Amino acid sequence: MYNRSIELMVGLFIAIGIAALAVLAFQVSGLSLKSGSDTYKVYAQFDDLGGLTARGKVSMAGVTIGKVSNIELDKESYTALVEMELYSSVDNLTTDSIAAIQTAGLLGEKYISINVGADEEYLAEGDTIFDTQSALNIEKLIGSFASGK
Amino acid sequence: MLGYFRKLGASTMHSLSVLGRSGLFLWNSLVGIPDLRNGMPLLIKQLYSVGVLSLVIIVVSGLFIGMVLGLQGYNILVDYGSEQAIGQMVALTLVRELGPVVTGLLFAGRAGSALTAEIGLMKATEQLSSMEMMGVDPLRRIIAPRLWAGFISMPILAIIFSAVGIWGGMLVGVDWLGVYEGSFWANMQSSVSFEKDILNGIIKSLVFGFVCTWIAVFQGYDSTPTSEGISIATTKTVVYSSLAVLGLDFVLTAVMFAAF
Repeated sequence: MYNRSIELMVGLFIAIGIAALAVLAFQVSGLSLKSGSDTYKVYAQFDDLGGLTARGKVSMAGVTIGKVSNIELDKESYTALVEMELYSSVDNLTTDSIAAIQTAGLLGEKYISINVGADEEYLAEGDTIFDTQSALNIEKLIGSFASGK
Repeated sequence: MLGYFRKLGASTMHSLSVLGRSGLFLWNSLVGIPDLRNGMPLLIKQLYSVGVLSLVIIVVSGLFIGMVLGLQGYNILVDYGSEQAIGQMVALTLVRELGPVVTGLLFAGRAGSALTAEIGLMKATEQLSSMEMMGVDPLRRIIAPRLWAGFISMPILAIIFSAVGIWGGMLVGVDWLGVYEGSFWANMQSSVSFEKDILNGIIKSLVFGFVCTWIAVFQGYDSTPTSEGISIATTKTVVYSSLAVLGLDFVLTAVMFAAF
């Protein structure tokens, strides 16, 4: 009987540990079990990322519709090539959509906001968004104010 | 003059021999085919006394540390109007540093000292040598289950500590100070990465668990079999474990998080 209650407590202890790990994984780090089949990849080129990082949000009208999966430099055009993974449920983004880098709040993290255009065709796996707006660069903005242009 | 050199040499040789003995001790108790049928009940009993009984102190201190982090972070961040970032601050601090380190220190104080005292007393009352007389290897019967219990429970305790601490931070930040809950979690999720932060934190706690348990069990096994010897060994356990945790934490942080 004594041994049984000890076994029960140890089992509970291990279970609490696993539950806490699950909380850390899913609630704290936002790990999702969604595999690659639930998303599709779309690319966009920006002149200036201004602090956008991988794992950043991609949103439309404030709703998260995907995440930035990879960022690298396009050596030919000297621009930043951003790879985004969008949820497959959002499959009606037009090919002339506009991707803009915006800031959450005044000092918050950078994210990509997508606005749809009027085209008939929709973006599919591997397509590129051509119409992009780079991040608002506060130093440049202040600089242009200071020089009066 | 020569006497100083002689003392230096003697103390070096002494520390080296202790190091060698502790290495051999670890090797002898862990290497070999584990006897699962007879070993499991022993391991479960040790998991109970090392892990389950440490749960209360871990949960309570995790809760308070998370709450303090929430309060302090709010006071600083509110000046910059970015109190939503409190979630990511609390989570990163706990998962990367405070979770493993504070759990390691508490573990050394709560479980390590108990292990040392228990084994030291076993040695002083000659239970270990009578086991040897009966043909039972005390390393396998007494030491190995305690070592494994420490290795297993420490990461679990650290994970529980971090989770409870984050909950405490949320309690203070969201429920008391009124930070918007949505941005609390969203900021946290966008900045905490599972592989980089949480897994590295778990690796840290694995290392701390290994070192703390090793030190505790070895100090008990190597203690002078007198009441004074046991008290010295217990003190040594807590001091050495704490120093090892803090020192190793710097090394591990430098390897894991430094950008170079």
